[in-house]
Amino acid sequence: MDCDKANARIYRYLDGELTVWRRIRIARHLDECPPCAQGFEFEIHLRQIVSVRCRDEAPPALRRRVAEAIGATVPPERRLHGEPGA
Amino acid sequence: MADQERFADLAMPYMSALYSAALRMTRNPSDAEDLVQETYLRAYRGFGGFRDGTNLKAWLYRILTNTFINTYRAKQRRPSETALEETEDFFLYRRLGGADAAAMQRTPESEVLDAIPEAVVKDAVEALPEQFRMAVLLADVEGFSYKEIAEIMAVPIGTVMSRLHRGRKQLQRSLWDFGRERGLLPDGADDPAGNGTGNGRAAADASSNEEDRPNDRPEAKPAKPVKPVKAEPATRTGS
Repeated sequence: MDCDKANARIYRYLDGELTVWRRIRIARHLDECPPCAQGFEFEIHLRQIVSVRCRDEAPPALRRRVAEAIGATVPPERRLHGEPGA
Repeated sequence: MADQERFADLAMPYMSALYSAALRMTRNPSDAEDLVQETYLRAYRGFGGFRDGTNLKAWLYRILTNTFINTYRAKQRRPSETALEETEDFFLYRRLGGADAAAMQRTPESEVLDAIPEAVVKDAVEALPEQFRMAVLLADVEGFSYKEIAEIMAVPIGTVMSRLHRGRKQLQRSLWDFGRERGLLPDGADDPAGNGTGNGRAAADASSNEEDRPNDRPEAKPAKPVKPVKAEPATRTGS
């Protein structure tokens, strides 16, 4: 695995969309190649920033409107932005 | 009715996530609220057709996406199949000094990233052409797999991958442009051309500019060791 090949697969790698073997080969390359590893780290960090900064809370008024619309009584502030358990 | 209660129990916890996506799509809080409400109504009416054991979150996003396309987009200018500027790999990283900065023991890139305020990130995302914006949001904010995104957007997986690839690069360019416009990123150096001199210094200055920062700055983590952000594909089919 060389740098070009590793970089060409960066998104599929970070997205968890590669086969185990390809993943291992990229991980091995990153272990041996600090410049690539830094580039990958930057992309991971950037993604975390985008993900964290793009979260908004649904306004309470909207929660009430929706709950009324579907005729449900819903504890309004429950699990504001979390994922329900699996 | 049991079904009604069950729907509320299962679906209501996703409201903030759906609302965030709706805001990015409509770029307008009141449209976003209407879009979310309409999504819940449609989902509620169609809940009988939802199969247990399939992915409720993806199903809700699919309804949100369809509703947006059919209702709200009609009000806006129709998006063209935009031709994005060609953007090289690691666009932002290179402009922030990249490996040069690291080699010279200036490591400002991650600090610069941490300092980018919420408003800049949101503006940069919202500036993406619609089909790219949607793909990037679904993958990078909501963590859906390619397969799930393909189902939500009703396009082939190859299309998802190419939209993500181009959308993410465009997002870096757009972050760079917005960040510089607001004096948060080093000015000049449009073409780093392997010469990071000066960038690192300016970046360090920008990152020390604390006043402009929103006070809800999330935990600024140091760069983590390289490892995939998501779980193994085989275990990602949602629940």
